Amino acid sequence: MKKLSFHPDDSVNAFITTIPEVSYGDGPLSGVTVAVKDNISTRGIETTCASKILKGYIPPFDAHVVTLLKDAGAAIVGKTNMDEFGMGSSTENSAYGPTLNPLDHSRVPGGSSGGSAAAVAAGLVDCAIGSDTGGSIRCPASFCGIVGLKPTYGRVSRYGLIAYANSLEQVGPLARDVSTLSRLYSVMAGYDPRDGTSVDRPYSHTLSADIKGLRIGVPDDFFGEGVNTKVAETVRKAVETLESLGARAEPCSLPSMKYALSACYVISTSEASSNLARFDGIRFGPATDTPKSWHDAFSEQRKAGFGKEVRRRIMLGTFSLAAGYYGRYYQKAQTARQMVRDDFDRLFKNYDVIASPTMPDIAFKIGEMKDPLQMYLSDVLTVPANLAGVPALSVPCGRVEGMPVGLQLIGRRFEDERLIDTAYAFEQEAV
Amino acid sequence: MVTTDDVRKIANLADIGLDDEEISEFAKQCSGILEYFAVLDTLDQDKPLVHERYNILREDEVLPSLSQEESLQNAGLKEKGYFKAPRVM
Repeated sequence: MKKLSFHPDDSVNAFITTIPEVSYGDGPLSGVTVAVKDNISTRGIETTCASKILKGYIPPFDAHVVTLLKDAGAAIVGKTNMDEFGMGSSTENSAYGPTLNPLDHSRVPGGSSGGSAAAVAAGLVDCAIGSDTGGSIRCPASFCGIVGLKPTYGRVSRYGLIAYANSLEQVGPLARDVSTLSRLYSVMAGYDPRDGTSVDRPYSHTLSADIKGLRIGVPDDFFGEGVNTKVAETVRKAVETLESLGARAEPCSLPSMKYALSACYVISTSEASSNLARFDGIRFGPATDTPKSWHDAFSEQRKAGFGKEVRRRIMLGTFSLAAGYYGRYYQKAQTARQMVRDDFDRLFKNYDVIASPTMPDIAFKIGEMKDPLQMYLSDVLTVPANLAGVPALSVPCGRVEGMPVGLQLIGRRFEDERLIDTAYAFEQEAV
Repeated sequence: MVTTDDVRKIANLADIGLDDEEISEFAKQCSGILEYFAVLDTLDQDKPLVHERYNILREDEVLPSLSQEESLQNAGLKEKGYFKAPRVM
């Protein structure tokens, strides 16, 4: 084993835990420094999900992706800050304080994988892994000006990812350029019997910048109300750049878009209300010897251990699943989810790739989003890909007011390669 | 419209322990959020759903798993090799 020292100047609070002396082996990523989001289990290294309720929790096993990274020789140098349990779009909802955007410390880095994106953007690591339930990789990639991929559902094992909303989330790579992202992704994808939704589709791809004849759909619904016009303009210019490289772009429409955000939040909070039931302070987390009854003891532990946004989402999920409301919320959300899938199936008969802004706006100021619903609305352009299980990527495509804008590319299931090539072609041209 | 009574009931079901101030705050915020989600209720329920999930089964063989010691290593309270939980009654 080889060793490296890791003592980053973490002025943006990207890390919750750093590992000063890291061992690594030989392999395709030998010595490449990788930061891992703190909701991905690392054997022997504290894993908190940025929550007080998991303070001191040391996983006795590695997540499958962590095993793969180590086998490939990667140096895992630390665990990154995030919105608690992945619940947020700004990395402000952390028990360890907010992460700052490396490009402007008064702004958020996006979230929930904000620490991973900020560590990469600040040059503290070569690359990072995050997780994406409704945009949590693409949002911070967009706000920090780096590349981030939410893989096709099932392509990367979720074994060891501390679950927020299983049916929506994927683990994925973040990097400063497409070729590093592609290198990292090549060791992450593949079958794992310990994840019941795992699919045997490894990623072994040689980048190609040839996109001649690529058919791009540009859905009007992704450029409408709530999208900063300068952001929309920047993204439309990026699509013109792709056209200049031989792609053909056409307007199209995803009518189910108006249900997507609600559906994604109803489904994710419902799944969360079930997943987070395990955090009761008994098997992990702070337990206290108490003469109180089960219910009182749990309520007390969970009030002390969970932040407000986590409790709000558990609340919303429990409500959506409650007798009398289930039919109006959870069931209808499943119907909307099917509509989104059907819309994408229809669009992908005519187009190879869908292009849009990743986020409706540039990174907002820390503390600016006070109302929870307002924060949820910022995910409106990223959630459709999670509902449909299709791959989606964000690549930097310009600046507005000095802050990065992300171009989102969405593809057919298992065509992550095509998105990566399209982003690569764009990056070659734009650099 | 979510009332403070609804919030109290749900918080109790989910064991999330809210104080009085949070109960009124959550009632107001959840009302706004659920009002936004109400767009879902305009959809017809008759659309067929395509489920691509299926059961994954394997032979019932013993595979490597955590030892009792490893399973207990993160527990704050344990007794005689077991997790110690609050009383049920």
